Amino acid sequence: MSTINNPGLSVLQEIEPLLPTNTANIKDRIVSSIYQQAESVSAQVVRSKNSQYTGLEARLDNILTSRWLGFPIMLLLLTLILWITITGANYPSQLLATGLFWLEEQLTALFLAVNAPVWLSGLLIQGMYRSLAWVVSVMLPPMAIFFPLFTLLEDLGYLPRVAFNMDKLFRRAGAHGKQCLTMCMGFGCNAAGVISCRIIDSPRERLIAILTNTFSICNGRFPTLIALSTIFMGTLVSQAYSSVLATLAVVAIIMTGIATTLLVSSLLSRTLFRGMPSFFVLELPPFRRPQLGQILIRSLLDRTLFVLWRAVVIAAPAGALTWILANSFVGGTSVFALIVGWLNPLGQLMGMDGIILIAFLLGLPANEIVLPILIMGYISAGSMLELDSLNALRILLLDHGWTWITALCVMLFSLLHFPCGTTLYTIFKETRSARWTLLSALLPLLLGIVVTLLINQGAQIIMR
Amino acid sequence: MPHTLSLADIPIGASVRIAEILTPGNNRRRLLDLGLVPGARVEIIRRSPSGNPTAYLIKGAVIALRNENAAQIMVDTN
Amino acid sequence: MAINTTLLSESTENSPDKQNNFVIALAGNPNVGKSTVFNRLTGLKQHTGNWPGKTVIKAEGTFSHRNRHYTLVDLPGTYSLHTSSSDEEVARDFICFSRPDITLVVCDATCLERNLNLVLQILEITDRVLVCVNLLDEAERKGIHVDIAMLARQLGIPAVGTAARSGRGLESLKNVLDDMLAGKIAIRPRQLVYDPELERSINKIEKRLAPYLPAWINSRWVALRVLERDFSILEHISNHKNNDFPRQVLKEEVALCLP
Repeated sequence: MSTINNPGLSVLQEIEPLLPTNTANIKDRIVSSIYQQAESVSAQVVRSKNSQYTGLEARLDNILTSRWLGFPIMLLLLTLILWITITGANYPSQLLATGLFWLEEQLTALFLAVNAPVWLSGLLIQGMYRSLAWVVSVMLPPMAIFFPLFTLLEDLGYLPRVAFNMDKLFRRAGAHGKQCLTMCMGFGCNAAGVISCRIIDSPRERLIAILTNTFSICNGRFPTLIALSTIFMGTLVSQAYSSVLATLAVVAIIMTGIATTLLVSSLLSRTLFRGMPSFFVLELPPFRRPQLGQILIRSLLDRTLFVLWRAVVIAAPAGALTWILANSFVGGTSVFALIVGWLNPLGQLMGMDGIILIAFLLGLPANEIVLPILIMGYISAGSMLELDSLNALRILLLDHGWTWITALCVMLFSLLHFPCGTTLYTIFKETRSARWTLLSALLPLLLGIVVTLLINQGAQIIMR
Repeated sequence: MPHTLSLADIPIGASVRIAEILTPGNNRRRLLDLGLVPGARVEIIRRSPSGNPTAYLIKGAVIALRNENAAQIMVDTN
Repeated sequence: MAINTTLLSESTENSPDKQNNFVIALAGNPNVGKSTVFNRLTGLKQHTGNWPGKTVIKAEGTFSHRNRHYTLVDLPGTYSLHTSSSDEEVARDFICFSRPDITLVVCDATCLERNLNLVLQILEITDRVLVCVNLLDEAERKGIHVDIAMLARQLGIPAVGTAARSGRGLESLKNVLDDMLAGKIAIRPRQLVYDPELERSINKIEKRLAPYLPAWINSRWVALRVLERDFSILEHISNHKNNDFPRQVLKEEVALCLP
């Protein structure tokens, strides 16, 4: 070695012989020693009357993680939250829509009064304003109900119990126990879910968690699912049970998402990322009494308004783009209609149509705007409609040949397609790999195409 | 005398003392940090609905471990 | 007031020109109400998830008290400062290298012993530590009594009891921060003592290392890490900007020592 006269080298050379060889033993002795001293301090400071895990806490855990009730309670809570959201969102949704579309009429009248050019009012009102109005009226009420309820469960400390209950399934899939927590985070937002995968230390299991996070329905997709299931699944039965059936349809999609997470994780851990599930410890923190005021403020400000703002910011330009595509003509046909024409055969095979596929493509920046673009697409394709309620949306969709199979395929494709742009960017930042990012988009997309294809073809055969 | 019982063998409700941790490396460290040091008392609280993982009361906190990990923690039953 | 979420940058490095600006690191185990303390002190509404490892991104907030301005840095919740996970490394590096004016360690009154493990480890790095025994309300509900004055005496550093959810004790927490910075509180931190054999090794290593270490770092603590064969700490020191540790050589040597 050339640097022999450097003091740094000599110091380490001298230290080397001082180091004992058995390091494991040394670490144990150091930590044990610290704990002994922590124990002796604690003994002089803490006086406790009874065991620390008793009473209410233990009784609650007895129920929530019980052998027979653990899983039914999870399912019941999920269903209850969605049912409250769906029933509760209906009325305010209609109220908002009525108000916002009344405003649209006024705006149109105003544009007419000042003799604004048709293209301008088309772009601004039918393009931007209408998609904004849809985003607000369809998305705001369910989010304002869903997020506080979900945050409540989070604050109570219920989510670690979910992880505790479900760990065996993740273990079998060769995934990390904490993947259940990152999956729960994904129900809020997939980008946040992908970031939260940092709590998993093993790179192999972390990648699995990142690649499967999109199978957690994020809040950008919840409103679409809720609206479609209310319209189509809800009407399959009488009025009294419609919201129940709509709820069950959304729950079924979520469960399909969880099953897909487990299946794909299992597949990945047996092929691309082979290895043993790594060691993990999960703390079950004490149940805390939630601070209701805090929950309301945080879930409304941090989540609801955040998501809404994102949707608004993206929906406005996307709405404008859709309008432009629908109103620029090449040889008598609009560009929009041209693209729809190309995509239609594939869409038909998958139980959908070209406009639906365009909506998903244009919805890449944010899942929130898939439904608004879809509506824009249908409206610009001919039938002008005053969309002031879910019922009007139902009529619009029925007019374009939707059946419950179409709705089912759209809901499944909403679960199984590429993650939104923000999530893809986050995945790229977290993995620093274009390859994994590409895989994270192609994997669910391929699954989505196959699943909708099979469902549609199967349904066609049965219906025949 | 070698310890023959591991944390994974202990029935719910029992209380044991940690004798020896066989887990190597970083994971050993993590267990130690949670208070699973030799001599520490651990109470077995509950198993998850499917039997794995199991929750333990360690230094006042409830910690869940997968059974195959708990099997590497040897205990004294007295 | 703006929330500034930066990934592990050294943005909150202690700068001497800001006479009245103090950096407080907020450390603690997961699930001890650390984020509640953070929100209460800074007035920021930030989400507090109830599971371990939630704070992967370091959050900063500011507040003022008695004419002093504070930047509060929320470190990831960790059980220890051994670098077996990235969270732990973040917390350790901030406390060690960014040298906050005070490290505020939030503890859970309902399982103090495990929390003291972290307090004692932090005390090995720095003695500018304030212990905040949080969740006193939960502890009372469970019939657990914590003698805060005794704790302070045992540790040789100030300790404050709080129930951050209701805001209880936070005013005196801020007062104690102020008193510490004003030099009104005598600090004689308890030092961890290891078995005689370890102590002999620590002393020998520390003597050899000390001349090469920057003055601000606790050489006994570095010796302990080296004793554990955690040579990464030496590399960290050599990478840190204000030091004179011979970097190049160290790197080669570290590579040799590692198994």
